[in-house]
Amino acid sequence: MDKFTQLTGVAAPMDRPNVDTDAIIPKQFLKSIKRSGFGPNLFDEWRYLDHGEPGMDNSKRPINPDFVLNLPRYAGTQILLARDNFGCGSSREHAPWALLDFGIRAVIAPSFADIFYNNCFKNGILPIRLDAATVQKLFEAEAASEQPWQPTIDLQAKTITTPEGEVIAFEVDDTRRHNLLNGLDDIGLTLQHVDDIRAYEQRRATEAPWLFPGRG
Amino acid sequence: MAAKTLYDKLWDAHVVRSEPDGTSLLYIDRHLVHEVTSPQAFEGLRMAGRPVWRTNSVVATPDHNVPTTDRHVGIADPISRTQVETLDQNCSDFGIDEFRMDDIRQGIVHVVGPEQGATLPGMTVVCGDSHTSTHGAFGALAHGIGTSEVEHVLATQCLVQQKMQNMRVTVKGHAPEGVTAKDIVLAIIGEIGTAGGTGCALEFAGEAIMDLSVEGRMTVCNMAIEAGARAGMVAVDEKTIAYFEGRPFAPKGAEWEAAVAAWRELHSDADAVFDKEVVIDAARLKPMVTWGTSPEMVLPVDASVPDPAAEADKVKATGMQKALEYMGLKAGMPISAIPVDRVFIGSCTNSRIEDLRQAAEVAKGKKVAASVKQALVVPGSGLVKQQAEAEGLDKVFIEAGFEWREPGCSMCLAMNADRLEPGEHCASTSNRNFEGRQGKDGRTHLVSPSMAAAAAIHGHFVDVRSA
Repeated sequence: MDKFTQLTGVAAPMDRPNVDTDAIIPKQFLKSIKRSGFGPNLFDEWRYLDHGEPGMDNSKRPINPDFVLNLPRYAGTQILLARDNFGCGSSREHAPWALLDFGIRAVIAPSFADIFYNNCFKNGILPIRLDAATVQKLFEAEAASEQPWQPTIDLQAKTITTPEGEVIAFEVDDTRRHNLLNGLDDIGLTLQHVDDIRAYEQRRATEAPWLFPGRG
Repeated sequence: MAAKTLYDKLWDAHVVRSEPDGTSLLYIDRHLVHEVTSPQAFEGLRMAGRPVWRTNSVVATPDHNVPTTDRHVGIADPISRTQVETLDQNCSDFGIDEFRMDDIRQGIVHVVGPEQGATLPGMTVVCGDSHTSTHGAFGALAHGIGTSEVEHVLATQCLVQQKMQNMRVTVKGHAPEGVTAKDIVLAIIGEIGTAGGTGCALEFAGEAIMDLSVEGRMTVCNMAIEAGARAGMVAVDEKTIAYFEGRPFAPKGAEWEAAVAAWRELHSDADAVFDKEVVIDAARLKPMVTWGTSPEMVLPVDASVPDPAAEADKVKATGMQKALEYMGLKAGMPISAIPVDRVFIGSCTNSRIEDLRQAAEVAKGKKVAASVKQALVVPGSGLVKQQAEAEGLDKVFIEAGFEWREPGCSMCLAMNADRLEPGEHCASTSNRNFEGRQGKDGRTHLVSPSMAAAAAIHGHFVDVRSA
């Protein structure tokens, strides 16, 4: 997993609540057995005017000129500004894979769906929760900016610095922050506790043997 | 000892270790696997040279991509076929039990797990699928996980977790005749919103919940995720215990007795404190229909499509406006005036035998309206299909003009060949009415099985209580 330490990049507004993972990456693209290559189909149904299927040459498809990420101002977007309940719906990790493949490393919203929030951290994407009024201010600052609006996110300091110079603090769990700052593999970390897992199994198999068929 | 909620009890029984910030390793008893969210996880294990920690904790079945017709000819779409074959190969390579496409026990993973007794009260259950919350219906801690976590559980039998908050929705009193589990959960989502349970383990309680069969409670817990809660749950009672007795994976003999004794403790203590509490009066509930593109956009069947101009919250009003445009509906239009082009009875929400019985009761002796292009009935598993056929339900549906299909996820998410065409309205017993969910530009209305059957007969939504 790629580390996340500090990022300065273009932010694009996704101005609607409840952006679900079906919208982020439609189901026909979930048939892939790989983790990469989902970027061209991120927000497929909003981004293109035709119906997309796996295997199509996306460069030849008609694009929706009104969709935010198709506007020249948002070329190279790395940060999404979003509304409530971003990433709701299906648990598909293809959603953060598609965001990452497209180049997005951070999403700022008043709230995220739990599974999506968790999936982001496993893929080097930082989801940042801020209160709705602060998010609204960021939407307004972005809209008011003549140039592409590029805030700086510092995970070490847990701050967002806007191009206007405002510094906004955010919260994130220590363990998740540490793993993201260092790009650590969760499985490797858990396997350092093999003895604890075995001891738990031994105790639990005595308390609730029906959970461990074939063990006795 | 401090009073505990059901979630507290389940959590405490499964914590392997905790970090100072509360991050914990939670032991997983049952891991359900399907073809869509597992291939990258198995690939990860192979690349790292890691084995599966405990193979007999894992049960797999293909469901999302499987065709619901002509099973014997296999899967026509080569990409879907590869995904199912990859699951077969991974299960055989890693020594995991799988109910393959030609097995009578194959079906939607959330129907198959309880049906086999592979998911049991008191277990921690995970699956790379958000509707894993279904299994909380019998006092289990069950939730969806992403593919990285699928790999993590396969490799370590544990999940890295922060404890969630405790939330309880009490549906007090008894639901009126004609109001089903689906209507109850849609009404709850309408009340608390699609983010109402975010960050919470959501316990459903109250007479109207305990009145439900175990299958009905599965319908309610299934849609906890649509209320934002990863995990939904209901306390164990005698119905729960009776449901599991004799199931293939359930304990037997002395182990059964010991398990039952432990399961009887799986309820929140009387004086347990919840971080959030919501109480809903069952007596005022009615059959529900969603009108928009989020499950919280839901109203009773006798209501009218709402007006965004009357919504004070600007962000919400924008969302409503976009939803009405997508759905091709006008504010003020009666919900019963919405025409229905297709009907889908199935999905992990509503494809169990009880659901099919409810729908068949409405369809019996009637005909699907001429204006309805297609009405599908897709049982949740091969065994549900077999049971329905033994009861003659297949004949009721076929005579009424419904199509009787093979088990799978089907048109709930349209990964197989079953889908909506642009602009079509569908009365669907599934769980998500998101844009494009059932096919690009398709328009989904979530309803109960009996409401879906009634809509098929009439060609538009009707109140099943007076139909």
